[in-house]
Amino acid sequence: MDTLLVILIDGLIYSSWLFIVAVGLTLIYGVMKILNLAHGSLYAIGAYTAASLVGWYFGTGHFPWSGFVLFIGAAILAGMLTGFIIERALLQFMYGRDEVVMILVTYGVLLILEDVTKLIWGVDAYFAYQPYSMLGRIKLSGISFAGYDLSLILVAILVGFALWYALNQTRRGKLLRAVIHDREVSLAMGINVSKVFVVTFVIGSALGALAGGLTAPALSVAPGIGIEVIILAFAVVVIGGLGSVGGAAVGALLVGIFRALAVHTYPQLELFVIYGVMAMVLSIRPQGLFVTATARKI
Amino acid sequence: MLSQDTTSRNLWIAMCAFVLLAFFLPNWLSFLTTVALAKGLVVLGLVLLMRTGLVSFGQGLYYCLGGYVVGILGTYLGVTDVAILLVITIVSSIVISFLLGLLLCRYREIFFAMLTMAFSMILYGILVKSEIFGSTDGFNIEPASLMGWHPAIESLGTWIYLFTVMLTFLFLQGMHRYFRSPLGFAGKAIRENEIRVEYLGVSPKKVILLKYVIAAVLAAVGGALTAMVAGHVDPEMAFWTTSGEFVFIALLGGITHVAAPIIGAIIFEIIRTFAFDLAPYSWQMILGGALLLIIFFLPNGLWSLLPTRKSGGSL
Repeated sequence: MDTLLVILIDGLIYSSWLFIVAVGLTLIYGVMKILNLAHGSLYAIGAYTAASLVGWYFGTGHFPWSGFVLFIGAAILAGMLTGFIIERALLQFMYGRDEVVMILVTYGVLLILEDVTKLIWGVDAYFAYQPYSMLGRIKLSGISFAGYDLSLILVAILVGFALWYALNQTRRGKLLRAVIHDREVSLAMGINVSKVFVVTFVIGSALGALAGGLTAPALSVAPGIGIEVIILAFAVVVIGGLGSVGGAAVGALLVGIFRALAVHTYPQLELFVIYGVMAMVLSIRPQGLFVTATARKI
Repeated sequence: MLSQDTTSRNLWIAMCAFVLLAFFLPNWLSFLTTVALAKGLVVLGLVLLMRTGLVSFGQGLYYCLGGYVVGILGTYLGVTDVAILLVITIVSSIVISFLLGLLLCRYREIFFAMLTMAFSMILYGILVKSEIFGSTDGFNIEPASLMGWHPAIESLGTWIYLFTVMLTFLFLQGMHRYFRSPLGFAGKAIRENEIRVEYLGVSPKKVILLKYVIAAVLAAVGGALTAMVAGHVDPEMAFWTTSGEFVFIALLGGITHVAAPIIGAIIFEIIRTFAFDLAPYSWQMILGGALLLIIFFLPNGLWSLLPTRKSGGSL
């Protein structure tokens, strides 16, 4: 019974983290049809920004709780700025190209950003454990969990709800969905598609950086973290269906629970499970679980 | 088509040149060339798929498979004969790629790219967690031998270099013939318009399956040769960045000529070696920038910089 609870909670925590990482990727794909490999770099930039700020802020001895606002806010800002630069300086010239070509373009961006982070922050690992330990540990029926990890679940729900609300209940969201549905007709109807693209890319990038910022206190921030993460985010997004926010949530839950199951019963399978689920879903439903097949345009 | 095919002759000449070079190249350079040729083979397979309009982000799967077949047989089972190793590498890659290919030949575009990537990451996930094969560190490989003859360690690199040159050019000759055969042209036709190919009575799925298997064999042989010359394998060979590197080389060389992947691979290895020495923290940036420049200005790769001859027979 206890193992089951641990698996469930661990799975939920991991799912929440996966959701935050992956949702920006799926949003960008849904609107712009770009599978953004550089999402991992945005994650890394968010993580580095947060880690270096945490290190500095908690060193000064100011009121600790405002540190949270600072490092999360700074991560988001860094993500928005990087996303804006990528979109304006590069991607806006590439729209209309093949989706596979766009993967290669973002792969180039990833390679560049990998080294940019190394040049800015060096190659040594950063530790930002203070926020993690501040939230203490919480006991659930006798088993102790890190409060910081549990709070990730809340953040994921918050992010998911905010996105759902923005997409489905606001006028701008409706415009965005129109662009997703048919870019050319939306353009003809007077929607400023290139503005929608910039905004989407900036928001998606901010979400990636937010994920990095939130993760920074839980691990050591070292070169290469973005490269590892992007493939996980891929798996999640592909399982749920590219471009579907709800799908990303379900994909994250599936992967999270399966991984927790593997970690607690047969740890050798940890990585295998993640990609195994992805390959299985792809081979049965290539468009993902939650995307309805679209009619082919002639 | 009516023009004289000079490619085959040129390839023989190039092979003789490479063989002669074995006497002059210093060790580090022949090592570098061997690795470049081995990677060139992998990229040759990838180019075959790209000519069909499919980009595989998972050639690392077979690259790693080839490496681990050589490693496991050599270190754990005591088989070091290159001929046996090569045959087993090819057979195992055919079996696996045929099974996966049955599934993959239904997919196109990004779905093909992602599913191939997922498969190679599965292998990575398994290898990272298998302690008998050294987890993330991998393991060292016993030196290769040929029919009971064990070359001295100092000259082993040269022999593997010669072996690699021979194999590479045999494969190049074969692929050159294949590219000019009806099946080779079917790839281009599928890229242009798959439905019309079906109208002509050719099954695109079968054509793609065959190409996928050939690409897998080339990648596995490339991996096996890399393992032999490096004397070491690790799971990184199946990681998606390795596959990304192959895609990069393919774009660098271009897909129009059979020798382009080899030249692309040699240029790539040279750039990498020097960039890594001069600027260890910014060489990826150089690669990324080069990739973007190629996509922008040279969509057909460096090969398109060569002056084109008047005849159209260079395909």
